[in-house]
Amino acid sequence: MQKAYKKYFAVFVLPTLLAFTVFFIIPFIMGIVLSFCKFTTVTNARFVGFSNYIRAFSNADFINALGFTTKFTIVSVITINIIAFAIAYGLTRGIKGTNFFRTTFFMPNLIGGIVLGYIWQLMINAVLANFDVTITSDAKYGFWGLVILMNWQLIGYMMIIYIAAIQNIPGELIEAAKIDGATKTQTMFKVIIPMAMPSITICLFLSLTNAFKLFDQNLALTAGAPSRKTAGLALDIYTTFYNRNGWEGVGQAKAVVFFIIVGIVSMLQLYITRKKEVEE
Amino acid sequence: MAGKKKNNDMAEGMEVSKTASIIMTIVFIILAVVFLFPIVLVLLNSFKSKLYISELPFAFPNGETFVGLSNYIDGLAKTGFFKAALNSAIITVLSVILIVVLTSMTAWWLTRVKSKFSSVLYYLFVFAMIVPFQMVMFTLSKVTDMLNLGNPIGIVIVYVGFGAGQAVFMFAGFVKSIPISLEEAAMLDGCTPIQTFFLVVFPILKPTAITVSILNAMWVWNDYLLPLLVLKSDYQTIPIAVQYLKGGYGSVDMGAMMGMLVLAIVPIVTVYLLCQKHIIKGVAAGAVKG
Repeated sequence: MQKAYKKYFAVFVLPTLLAFTVFFIIPFIMGIVLSFCKFTTVTNARFVGFSNYIRAFSNADFINALGFTTKFTIVSVITINIIAFAIAYGLTRGIKGTNFFRTTFFMPNLIGGIVLGYIWQLMINAVLANFDVTITSDAKYGFWGLVILMNWQLIGYMMIIYIAAIQNIPGELIEAAKIDGATKTQTMFKVIIPMAMPSITICLFLSLTNAFKLFDQNLALTAGAPSRKTAGLALDIYTTFYNRNGWEGVGQAKAVVFFIIVGIVSMLQLYITRKKEVEE
Repeated sequence: MAGKKKNNDMAEGMEVSKTASIIMTIVFIILAVVFLFPIVLVLLNSFKSKLYISELPFAFPNGETFVGLSNYIDGLAKTGFFKAALNSAIITVLSVILIVVLTSMTAWWLTRVKSKFSSVLYYLFVFAMIVPFQMVMFTLSKVTDMLNLGNPIGIVIVYVGFGAGQAVFMFAGFVKSIPISLEEAAMLDGCTPIQTFFLVVFPILKPTAITVSILNAMWVWNDYLLPLLVLKSDYQTIPIAVQYLKGGYGSVDMGAMMGMLVLAIVPIVTVYLLCQKHIIKGVAAGAVKG
Protein backbone atom coordinates (compact mmCIF):
# COMPACT_ATOMS: atom_id res chain seq x y z
CA MET A 1 0.00 0.00 0.00
CA GLN A 2 2.81 2.36 0.85
CA LYS A 3 4.09 1.97 -2.67
CA ALA A 4 0.71 2.90 -4.15
CA TYR A 5 0.55 5.99 -1.94
CA LYS A 6 4.13 6.98 -2.61
CA LYS A 7 3.41 7.73 -6.28
CA TYR A 8 0.86 10.33 -5.23
CA PHE A 9 3.41 12.57 -3.53
CA ALA A 10 2.80 15.33 -6.09
CA VAL A 11 -0.93 15.38 -5.33
CA PHE A 12 -0.90 15.06 -1.56
CA VAL A 13 2.25 16.82 -0.43
CA LEU A 14 3.67 19.02 -3.15
CA PRO A 15 1.14 21.94 -2.99
CA THR A 16 1.55 22.33 0.79
CA LEU A 17 5.29 21.78 0.58
CA LEU A 18 5.71 24.45 -2.12
CA ALA A 19 3.79 27.06 -0.13
CA PHE A 20 5.61 26.03 3.04
CA THR A 21 9.04 26.25 1.37
CA VAL A 22 8.47 29.59 -0.33
CA PHE A 23 6.72 31.37 2.56
CA PHE A 24 8.34 29.77 5.55
CA ILE A 25 11.59 27.88 4.96
CA ILE A 26 13.18 30.36 2.55
CA PRO A 27 12.25 33.48 4.59
CA PHE A 28 13.45 31.71 7.73
CA ILE A 29 16.88 30.86 6.29
CA MET A 30 17.18 34.31 4.72
CA GLY A 31 16.30 35.77 8.13
CA ILE A 32 19.15 33.93 9.82
CA VAL A 33 21.63 34.95 7.12
CA LEU A 34 20.50 38.59 7.11
CA SER A 35 20.96 38.87 10.86
CA PHE A 36 24.70 38.76 10.11
CA CYS A 37 24.46 41.38 7.34
CA LYS A 38 23.96 45.07 6.85
CA PHE A 39 21.12 45.71 4.40
CA THR A 40 18.17 47.87 3.47
CA THR A 41 16.69 45.43 0.98
CA VAL A 42 17.49 41.77 0.47
CA THR A 43 19.67 42.46 -2.58
CA ASN A 44 22.23 44.83 -1.04
CA ALA A 45 23.19 42.70 1.96
CA ARG A 46 26.82 42.79 3.11
CA PHE A 47 28.29 40.43 5.73
CA VAL A 48 29.13 42.15 9.03
CA GLY A 49 29.55 39.27 11.48
CA PHE A 50 28.05 39.62 14.92
CA SER A 51 27.89 43.41 14.91
CA ASN A 52 24.07 43.44 14.61
CA TYR A 53 23.79 41.31 17.73
CA ILE A 54 26.21 43.54 19.61
CA ARG A 55 24.23 46.60 18.57
CA ALA A 56 20.99 44.88 19.57
CA PHE A 57 22.18 44.12 23.07
CA SER A 58 23.66 47.58 23.57
CA ASN A 59 20.36 49.14 22.46
CA ALA A 60 18.50 50.53 25.51
CA ASP A 61 15.09 50.06 23.87
CA PHE A 62 15.74 46.35 23.35
CA ILE A 63 16.88 45.78 26.92
CA ASN A 64 13.88 47.72 28.17
CA ALA A 65 11.55 45.68 25.92
CA LEU A 66 13.10 42.46 27.20
CA GLY A 67 12.42 43.55 30.77
CA PHE A 68 8.92 44.79 29.94
CA THR A 69 7.93 41.55 28.19
CA THR A 70 9.39 39.39 30.98
CA LYS A 71 7.63 41.33 33.73
CA PHE A 72 4.40 41.50 31.76
CA THR A 73 4.51 37.76 31.02
CA ILE A 74 5.11 36.74 34.63
CA VAL A 75 2.39 38.98 36.05
CA SER A 76 -0.23 38.07 33.46
CA VAL A 77 0.47 34.32 33.46
CA ILE A 78 -0.02 34.20 37.24
CA THR A 79 -3.15 36.37 37.36
CA ILE A 80 -4.78 34.78 34.32
CA ASN A 81 -4.35 31.23 35.56
CA ILE A 82 -5.42 31.83 39.15
CA ILE A 83 -8.56 33.73 38.13
CA ALA A 84 -9.41 31.29 35.32
CA PHE A 85 -9.02 28.30 37.61
CA ALA A 86 -11.18 29.91 40.32
CA ILE A 87 -13.91 30.69 37.78
CA ALA A 88 -13.74 27.18 36.32
CA TYR A 89 -14.06 25.71 39.81
CA GLY A 90 -17.08 27.89 40.53
CA LEU A 91 -18.72 27.03 37.24
CA THR A 92 -18.48 23.27 37.88
CA ARG A 93 -20.52 23.56 41.12
CA GLY A 94 -23.80 23.04 39.29
CA ILE A 95 -25.15 26.58 39.81
CA LYS A 96 -27.82 28.05 37.52
CA GLY A 97 -26.76 30.05 34.49
CA THR A 98 -23.45 28.23 34.09
CA ASN A 99 -23.78 28.20 30.31
CA PHE A 100 -24.49 31.91 30.11
CA PHE A 101 -21.47 32.74 32.26
CA ARG A 102 -19.21 30.44 30.25
CA THR A 103 -20.34 32.04 26.98
CA THR A 104 -19.79 35.54 28.37
CA PHE A 105 -16.34 34.94 29.81
CA PHE A 106 -15.06 33.28 26.66
CA MET A 107 -16.27 35.94 24.22
CA PRO A 108 -13.36 38.43 24.45
CA ASN A 109 -11.03 35.68 23.25
CA LEU A 110 -12.51 35.84 19.76
CA ILE A 111 -11.99 39.57 19.28
CA GLY A 112 -8.80 40.50 17.46
CA GLY A 113 -5.87 42.19 19.22
CA ILE A 114 -6.10 45.54 17.44
CA VAL A 115 -9.80 45.92 18.28
CA LEU A 116 -9.17 44.76 21.86
CA GLY A 117 -6.44 47.36 22.25
CA TYR A 118 -8.69 50.26 21.29
CA ILE A 119 -11.60 48.99 23.40
CA TRP A 120 -9.33 49.08 26.44
CA GLN A 121 -7.74 52.35 25.48
CA LEU A 122 -11.21 53.91 25.74
CA MET A 123 -11.97 52.07 28.95
CA ILE A 124 -8.71 52.90 30.74
CA ASN A 125 -8.61 56.51 29.58
CA ALA A 126 -12.21 56.88 30.78
CA VAL A 127 -11.19 55.78 34.26
CA LEU A 128 -7.89 57.72 34.30
CA ALA A 129 -9.69 60.91 33.16
CA ASN A 130 -10.85 61.27 36.77
CA PHE A 131 -7.23 61.80 37.75
CA ASP A 132 -6.42 64.05 34.79
CA VAL A 133 -3.99 61.60 33.20
CA THR A 134 -4.11 59.29 30.16
CA ILE A 135 -2.74 55.82 29.57
CA THR A 136 0.37 57.26 27.94
CA SER A 137 1.20 59.64 30.83
CA ASP A 138 3.24 57.04 32.66
CA ALA A 139 4.64 53.63 31.73
CA LYS A 140 2.93 51.98 34.71
CA TYR A 141 -0.53 52.76 33.30
CA GLY A 142 0.38 51.11 30.02
CA PHE A 143 1.84 48.11 31.79
CA TRP A 144 -1.14 47.46 34.04
CA GLY A 145 -3.54 48.33 31.22
CA LEU A 146 -1.94 45.63 29.12
CA VAL A 147 -2.10 43.15 32.02
CA ILE A 148 -5.82 43.84 32.51
CA LEU A 149 -6.44 43.55 28.76
CA MET A 150 -4.60 40.24 28.60
CA ASN A 151 -6.57 38.91 31.56
CA TRP A 152 -9.82 39.95 29.92
CA GLN A 153 -8.84 38.19 26.70
CA LEU A 154 -7.36 34.96 28.02
CA ILE A 155 -9.26 34.14 31.22
CA GLY A 156 -12.20 32.71 29.25
CA TYR A 157 -9.89 30.57 27.10
CA MET A 158 -8.03 29.06 30.08
CA MET A 159 -11.34 28.68 31.93
CA ILE A 160 -12.67 26.40 29.16
CA ILE A 161 -9.64 24.10 29.48
CA TYR A 162 -9.83 24.08 33.29
CA ILE A 163 -13.57 23.30 33.25
CA ALA A 164 -12.94 20.23 31.08
CA ALA A 165 -10.16 19.13 33.42
CA ILE A 166 -12.20 19.55 36.61
CA GLN A 167 -15.17 17.75 35.07
CA ASN A 168 -12.95 14.80 34.28
CA ILE A 169 -11.95 14.22 37.90
CA PRO A 170 -13.91 11.16 39.05
CA GLY A 171 -16.52 12.10 41.66
CA GLU A 172 -15.57 9.09 43.78
CA LEU A 173 -12.18 10.65 44.51
CA ILE A 174 -13.76 13.77 45.98
CA GLU A 175 -16.27 11.63 47.90
CA ALA A 176 -13.47 9.51 49.30
CA ALA A 177 -11.56 12.60 50.44
CA LYS A 178 -14.71 13.88 52.17
CA ILE A 179 -15.30 10.57 53.93
CA ASP A 180 -11.69 10.56 55.09
CA GLY A 181 -12.38 13.91 56.72
CA ALA A 182 -10.44 16.18 54.34
CA THR A 183 -11.28 19.89 54.60
CA LYS A 184 -12.26 21.87 51.50
CA THR A 185 -8.77 23.39 51.27
CA GLN A 186 -7.17 19.97 51.59
CA THR A 187 -9.45 18.56 48.88
CA MET A 188 -8.51 21.47 46.63
CA PHE A 189 -4.74 21.21 47.08
CA LYS A 190 -4.39 17.46 47.57
CA VAL A 191 -6.96 16.13 45.09
CA ILE A 192 -8.34 18.64 42.60
CA ILE A 193 -5.18 20.57 41.69
CA PRO A 194 -2.95 17.48 41.33
CA MET A 195 -5.61 15.80 39.18
CA ALA A 196 -5.87 18.91 36.98
CA MET A 197 -2.07 19.22 36.63
CA PRO A 198 -1.79 18.25 32.94
CA SER A 199 -4.22 21.02 31.97
CA ILE A 200 -2.45 23.46 34.28
CA THR A 201 0.77 22.77 32.38
CA ILE A 202 -1.00 23.36 29.07
CA CYS A 203 -2.59 26.61 30.27
CA LEU A 204 0.65 27.91 31.76
CA PHE A 205 2.47 27.47 28.46
CA LEU A 206 -0.42 28.77 26.36
CA SER A 207 -0.67 31.97 28.37
CA LEU A 208 3.11 32.22 28.50
CA THR A 209 3.65 32.08 24.73
CA ASN A 210 0.63 34.32 24.12
CA ALA A 211 1.90 36.96 26.53
CA PHE A 212 5.47 36.70 25.30
CA LYS A 213 4.59 37.08 21.61
CA LEU A 214 2.05 39.85 22.20
CA PHE A 215 2.04 42.44 19.42
CA ASP A 216 -1.34 43.73 18.19
CA GLN A 217 -2.69 44.61 21.64
CA ASN A 218 0.55 46.38 22.51
CA LEU A 219 0.49 48.40 19.28
CA ALA A 220 -3.14 49.46 19.66
CA LEU A 221 -3.17 50.18 23.40
CA THR A 222 -0.06 52.35 23.78
CA ALA A 223 2.17 51.76 20.74
CA GLY A 224 5.03 51.84 23.24
CA ALA A 225 4.28 55.32 24.58
CA PRO A 226 5.59 57.11 26.58
CA SER A 227 8.97 57.09 24.79
CA ARG A 228 9.01 53.32 24.00
CA LYS A 229 8.80 52.43 27.70
CA THR A 230 5.75 50.19 27.20
CA ALA A 231 6.96 48.41 24.05
CA GLY A 232 7.29 44.64 24.36
CA LEU A 233 9.83 42.61 22.36
CA ALA A 234 7.62 42.00 19.32
CA LEU A 235 6.74 45.68 19.05
CA ASP A 236 10.35 46.75 19.55
CA ILE A 237 11.47 44.46 16.72
CA TYR A 238 8.80 45.90 14.46
CA THR A 239 9.78 49.51 15.25
CA THR A 240 13.46 48.74 14.73
CA PHE A 241 12.72 47.35 11.26
CA TYR A 242 10.25 49.87 9.96
CA ASN A 243 10.77 53.12 11.86
CA ARG A 244 14.55 53.41 11.87
CA ASN A 245 16.63 53.68 8.73
CA GLY A 246 19.80 51.62 8.66
CA TRP A 247 18.66 49.40 11.55
CA GLU A 248 17.18 46.55 9.49
CA GLY A 249 20.05 44.20 10.37
CA VAL A 250 19.70 44.98 14.06
CA GLY A 251 15.96 44.33 13.80
CA GLN A 252 16.64 40.94 12.24
CA ALA A 253 19.20 40.10 14.94
CA LYS A 254 16.65 41.03 17.62
CA ALA A 255 14.13 38.78 15.84
CA VAL A 256 16.57 35.84 15.94
CA VAL A 257 17.11 36.37 19.67
CA PHE A 258 13.33 36.53 20.11
CA PHE A 259 12.96 33.28 18.15
CA ILE A 260 15.59 31.55 20.29
CA ILE A 261 13.83 32.55 23.54
CA VAL A 262 10.42 31.41 22.23
CA GLY A 263 12.05 28.22 20.92
CA ILE A 264 13.58 27.35 24.30
CA VAL A 265 10.25 27.90 26.06
CA SER A 266 8.43 25.72 23.50
CA MET A 267 11.01 22.94 23.76
CA LEU A 268 10.61 23.01 27.53
CA GLN A 269 6.88 22.67 27.08
CA LEU A 270 7.25 19.74 24.68
CA TYR A 271 9.68 18.07 27.07
CA ILE A 272 7.44 18.45 30.10
CA THR A 273 4.24 17.31 28.36
CA ARG A 274 6.05 14.33 26.79
CA LYS A 275 7.41 13.31 30.19
CA LYS A 276 3.92 13.53 31.67
CA GLU A 277 2.52 11.29 28.92
CA VAL A 278 5.11 8.64 29.64
CA GLU A 279 4.38 8.70 33.35
CA GLU A 280 0.69 8.19 32.68
CA MET B 1 -21.98 7.85 27.46
CA ALA B 2 -19.06 7.25 29.77
CA GLY B 3 -18.25 10.96 29.81
CA LYS B 4 -21.79 11.87 30.79
CA LYS B 5 -21.79 9.42 33.68
CA LYS B 6 -18.61 10.95 35.00
CA ASN B 7 -20.03 14.47 34.92
CA ASN B 8 -23.03 13.41 36.96
CA ASP B 9 -20.82 11.81 39.57
CA MET B 10 -18.82 15.00 39.71
CA ALA B 11 -21.88 17.17 40.26
CA GLU B 12 -23.04 14.93 43.08
CA GLY B 13 -19.67 14.86 44.75
CA MET B 14 -19.15 18.60 44.63
CA GLU B 15 -22.49 20.29 44.96
CA VAL B 16 -22.61 23.32 47.22
CA SER B 17 -25.20 24.46 49.75
CA LYS B 18 -28.05 26.76 48.75
CA THR B 19 -26.61 29.90 50.34
CA ALA B 20 -23.20 29.28 48.81
CA SER B 21 -24.84 28.79 45.44
CA ILE B 22 -26.72 32.10 45.71
CA ILE B 23 -23.56 33.97 46.73
CA MET B 24 -21.65 32.40 43.85
CA THR B 25 -24.36 33.30 41.38
CA ILE B 26 -24.23 36.93 42.53
CA VAL B 27 -20.43 37.00 42.22
CA PHE B 28 -20.64 35.57 38.70
CA ILE B 29 -23.31 38.08 37.69
CA ILE B 30 -21.05 40.92 38.84
CA LEU B 31 -18.14 39.34 36.99
CA ALA B 32 -20.23 38.98 33.82
CA VAL B 33 -21.14 42.68 34.02
CA VAL B 34 -17.43 43.53 34.39
CA PHE B 35 -16.64 41.36 31.37
CA LEU B 36 -19.31 42.91 29.17
CA PHE B 37 -18.82 46.47 30.35
CA PRO B 38 -15.98 47.52 27.98
CA ILE B 39 -18.00 46.41 24.96
CA VAL B 40 -21.13 48.20 26.18
CA LEU B 41 -19.02 51.32 26.81
CA VAL B 42 -17.78 51.29 23.21
CA LEU B 43 -21.36 50.87 21.97
CA LEU B 44 -22.61 53.79 24.11
CA ASN B 45 -19.82 56.10 23.04
CA SER B 46 -20.26 55.25 19.38
CA PHE B 47 -23.42 57.41 19.50
CA LYS B 48 -21.80 60.38 21.23
CA SER B 49 -19.92 63.25 19.64
CA LYS B 50 -16.10 63.09 19.72
CA LEU B 51 -15.72 65.75 22.35
CA TYR B 52 -17.91 63.98 24.88
CA ILE B 53 -16.22 60.62 24.42
CA SER B 54 -13.12 61.88 26.16
CA GLU B 55 -14.94 64.26 28.50
CA LEU B 56 -17.90 62.21 29.72
CA PRO B 57 -17.03 58.64 28.73
CA PHE B 58 -19.38 56.96 31.20
CA ALA B 59 -22.43 59.14 30.53
CA PHE B 60 -25.36 57.86 28.52
CA PRO B 61 -25.82 59.70 25.24
CA ASN B 62 -28.40 62.46 25.77
CA GLY B 63 -29.96 65.28 23.72
CA GLU B 64 -26.76 67.26 23.78
CA THR B 65 -24.20 64.54 23.21
CA PHE B 66 -26.15 62.19 20.91
CA VAL B 67 -25.01 62.37 17.30
CA GLY B 68 -26.96 59.52 15.74
CA LEU B 69 -24.98 57.54 13.22
CA SER B 70 -22.55 60.28 12.28
CA ASN B 71 -19.58 58.48 13.90
CA TYR B 72 -20.34 55.45 11.78
CA ILE B 73 -20.70 57.53 8.61
CA ASP B 74 -17.42 59.30 9.43
CA GLY B 75 -15.59 56.08 10.06
CA LEU B 76 -16.90 54.43 6.92
CA ALA B 77 -15.85 57.44 4.84
CA LYS B 78 -12.36 57.43 6.36
CA THR B 79 -11.60 53.72 6.13
CA GLY B 80 -13.65 52.03 3.43
CA PHE B 81 -14.66 49.58 6.11
CA PHE B 82 -17.06 47.52 4.02
CA LYS B 83 -14.46 46.88 1.36
CA ALA B 84 -12.07 45.83 4.13
CA ALA B 85 -14.72 43.53 5.59
CA LEU B 86 -15.24 41.94 2.19
CA ASN B 87 -11.48 41.39 1.83
CA SER B 88 -11.32 39.90 5.33
CA ALA B 89 -14.17 37.54 4.49
CA ILE B 90 -12.69 36.42 1.14
CA ILE B 91 -9.22 35.90 2.58
CA THR B 92 -10.51 34.03 5.64
CA VAL B 93 -12.87 31.69 3.79
CA LEU B 94 -10.42 30.80 1.01
CA SER B 95 -7.50 30.35 3.40
CA VAL B 96 -9.44 28.09 5.74
CA ILE B 97 -10.73 25.88 2.90
CA LEU B 98 -7.31 25.57 1.30
CA ILE B 99 -5.53 24.95 4.60
CA VAL B 100 -7.98 22.22 5.64
CA VAL B 101 -7.96 20.37 2.30
CA LEU B 102 -4.24 20.65 1.52
CA THR B 103 -2.81 20.03 4.98
CA SER B 104 -5.11 17.10 5.76
CA MET B 105 -3.91 15.45 2.53
CA THR B 106 -0.31 16.17 3.43
CA ALA B 107 -0.69 14.93 7.01
CA TRP B 108 -2.28 11.69 5.81
CA TRP B 109 0.48 11.00 3.28
CA LEU B 110 3.23 11.82 5.76
CA THR B 111 1.70 9.47 8.33
CA ARG B 112 1.05 6.56 5.95
CA VAL B 113 4.25 6.65 3.92
CA LYS B 114 7.01 5.81 6.35
CA SER B 115 10.39 7.02 5.15
CA LYS B 116 13.22 9.22 6.28
CA PHE B 117 11.96 11.96 4.00
CA SER B 118 8.45 11.96 5.43
CA SER B 119 9.61 12.11 9.02
CA VAL B 120 12.07 14.93 8.31
CA LEU B 121 9.29 16.85 6.60
CA TYR B 122 6.93 16.21 9.50
CA TYR B 123 9.40 17.60 12.01
CA LEU B 124 9.97 20.64 9.79
CA PHE B 125 6.24 21.35 10.03
CA VAL B 126 6.32 20.91 13.80
CA PHE B 127 9.33 23.22 13.98
CA ALA B 128 7.46 25.92 12.05
CA MET B 129 4.86 26.07 14.81
CA ILE B 130 7.27 27.55 17.31
CA VAL B 131 8.79 30.23 15.08
CA PRO B 132 7.37 33.66 15.93
CA PHE B 133 6.20 35.77 13.02
CA GLN B 134 8.73 38.57 13.68
CA MET B 135 11.49 36.13 12.72
CA VAL B 136 10.37 35.97 9.10
CA MET B 137 8.23 39.10 8.65
CA PHE B 138 10.78 41.17 6.79
CA THR B 139 12.04 38.47 4.45
CA LEU B 140 8.53 37.08 3.88
CA SER B 141 7.26 40.48 2.77
CA LYS B 142 10.20 40.75 0.34
CA VAL B 143 9.40 37.31 -1.12
CA THR B 144 5.71 38.12 -1.59
CA ASP B 145 6.64 41.46 -3.16
CA MET B 146 8.89 39.71 -5.64
CA LEU B 147 6.19 37.18 -6.50
CA ASN B 148 3.57 39.93 -6.78
CA LEU B 149 1.22 38.28 -4.29
CA GLY B 150 0.09 41.42 -2.50
CA ASN B 151 -3.61 40.91 -3.22
CA PRO B 152 -6.45 39.06 -1.44
CA ILE B 153 -5.94 35.93 -3.56
CA GLY B 154 -2.16 35.85 -3.36
CA ILE B 155 -2.12 36.20 0.42
CA VAL B 156 -4.21 33.02 0.68
CA ILE B 157 -1.23 30.97 -0.55
CA VAL B 158 0.94 32.72 2.03
CA TYR B 159 -1.49 31.65 4.74
CA VAL B 160 -1.33 28.04 3.50
CA GLY B 161 2.44 28.08 3.80
CA PHE B 162 2.45 29.79 7.16
CA GLY B 163 -0.47 27.89 8.67
CA ALA B 164 0.72 24.50 7.40
CA GLY B 165 2.82 23.68 10.48
CA GLN B 166 0.10 23.61 13.09
CA ALA B 167 -2.57 22.17 10.76
CA VAL B 168 -0.37 19.28 9.58
CA PHE B 169 0.57 18.57 13.19
CA MET B 170 -3.05 18.41 14.32
CA PHE B 171 -4.26 16.28 11.39
CA ALA B 172 -1.33 13.90 11.70
CA GLY B 173 -2.14 13.35 15.36
CA PHE B 174 -5.60 12.19 14.40
CA VAL B 175 -4.65 10.13 11.33
CA LYS B 176 -2.42 7.99 13.55
CA SER B 177 -5.52 6.79 15.42
CA ILE B 178 -7.41 5.70 12.27
CA PRO B 179 -7.11 1.92 11.62
CA ILE B 180 -5.39 1.30 8.30
CA SER B 181 -7.71 -1.66 7.54
CA LEU B 182 -10.43 0.74 6.35
CA GLU B 183 -8.12 2.11 3.71
CA GLU B 184 -6.93 -1.35 2.71
CA ALA B 185 -10.54 -2.41 2.14
CA ALA B 186 -11.15 0.65 0.00
CA MET B 187 -8.02 -0.06 -2.06
CA LEU B 188 -9.11 -3.68 -2.57
CA ASP B 189 -12.44 -2.37 -3.84
CA GLY B 190 -10.46 -0.56 -6.51
CA CYS B 191 -10.27 2.95 -5.07
CA THR B 192 -7.31 5.10 -6.08
CA PRO B 193 -5.44 6.77 -3.19
CA ILE B 194 -7.23 10.03 -4.01
CA GLN B 195 -10.64 8.36 -3.80
CA THR B 196 -9.61 6.52 -0.67
CA PHE B 197 -8.62 9.75 0.99
CA PHE B 198 -11.68 11.80 0.09
CA LEU B 199 -14.30 9.04 0.43
CA VAL B 200 -12.95 7.11 3.41
CA VAL B 201 -10.37 9.09 5.37
CA PHE B 202 -11.57 12.68 5.12
CA PRO B 203 -15.06 11.99 6.56
CA ILE B 204 -13.40 10.42 9.61
CA LEU B 205 -11.18 13.50 9.99
CA LYS B 206 -14.21 15.77 10.30
CA PRO B 207 -13.86 16.66 14.03
CA THR B 208 -10.23 17.67 13.53
CA ALA B 209 -11.18 19.53 10.35
CA ILE B 210 -13.69 21.59 12.36
CA THR B 211 -11.09 22.37 15.02
CA VAL B 212 -8.48 23.34 12.40
CA SER B 213 -11.05 25.51 10.58
CA ILE B 214 -12.06 27.39 13.73
CA LEU B 215 -8.50 28.02 14.90
CA ASN B 216 -7.38 29.19 11.46
CA ALA B 217 -10.49 31.31 10.89
CA MET B 218 -9.83 33.12 14.18
CA TRP B 219 -6.20 33.60 13.29
CA VAL B 220 -6.66 34.84 9.71
CA TRP B 221 -9.71 37.02 10.46
CA ASN B 222 -7.96 38.84 13.33
CA ASP B 223 -4.47 38.90 11.86
CA TYR B 224 -2.99 42.37 11.50
CA LEU B 225 0.72 42.27 10.80
CA LEU B 226 0.95 39.67 8.02
CA PRO B 227 -1.69 41.31 5.75
CA LEU B 228 -0.27 44.75 6.57
CA LEU B 229 3.17 43.70 5.31
CA VAL B 230 2.04 41.48 2.43
CA LEU B 231 -0.96 43.28 0.92
CA LYS B 232 -0.48 46.28 -1.38
CA SER B 233 -1.68 49.43 0.37
CA ASP B 234 -4.92 49.64 -1.65
CA TYR B 235 -6.16 46.43 0.00
CA GLN B 236 -7.22 46.54 3.62
CA THR B 237 -8.61 44.00 6.06
CA ILE B 238 -10.71 44.91 9.13
CA PRO B 239 -7.81 45.14 11.63
CA ILE B 240 -5.81 47.25 9.15
CA ALA B 241 -8.80 49.56 8.60
CA VAL B 242 -9.22 50.03 12.36
CA GLN B 243 -5.53 50.74 12.93
CA TYR B 244 -5.57 53.09 9.91
CA LEU B 245 -7.81 55.46 11.92
CA LYS B 246 -4.83 56.29 14.06
CA GLY B 247 -3.17 59.22 12.33
CA GLY B 248 0.52 59.57 11.64
CA TYR B 249 1.10 61.62 14.80
CA GLY B 250 -0.74 59.30 17.14
CA SER B 251 -3.98 61.27 17.09
CA VAL B 252 -7.13 59.19 16.90
CA ASP B 253 -10.59 60.34 15.85
CA MET B 254 -12.32 58.62 18.76
CA GLY B 255 -15.80 59.09 17.29
CA ALA B 256 -15.04 57.28 14.07
CA MET B 257 -12.99 54.75 16.04
CA MET B 258 -15.95 53.82 18.28
CA GLY B 259 -18.19 53.28 15.26
CA MET B 260 -15.64 51.05 13.53
CA LEU B 261 -14.98 49.07 16.70
CA VAL B 262 -18.68 48.26 16.94
CA LEU B 263 -18.77 47.23 13.27
CA ALA B 264 -15.68 45.06 13.81
CA ILE B 265 -17.16 43.32 16.85
CA VAL B 266 -20.66 42.64 15.46
CA PRO B 267 -19.74 39.88 12.95
CA ILE B 268 -17.55 38.05 15.50
CA VAL B 269 -20.20 38.09 18.23
CA THR B 270 -22.89 37.01 15.75
CA VAL B 271 -20.90 34.01 14.53
CA TYR B 272 -19.96 33.18 18.12
CA LEU B 273 -23.54 33.17 19.37
CA LEU B 274 -24.67 31.07 16.38
CA CYS B 275 -22.09 28.31 16.77
CA GLN B 276 -20.59 28.74 20.21
CA LYS B 277 -20.70 25.03 20.96
CA HIS B 278 -18.44 24.19 18.01
CA ILE B 279 -16.17 27.16 18.70
CA ILE B 280 -15.66 26.42 22.39
CA LYS B 281 -15.12 22.72 21.72
CA GLY B 282 -12.78 23.40 18.82
CA VAL B 283 -10.66 25.88 20.73
CA ALA B 284 -10.39 23.56 23.73
CA ALA B 285 -9.43 20.59 21.52
CA GLY B 286 -6.90 22.74 19.67
CA ALA B 287 -5.28 23.85 22.91
CA VAL B 288 -4.87 20.34 24.22
CA LYS B 289 -3.37 19.03 20.97
CA GLY B 290 -1.41 22.12 19.95
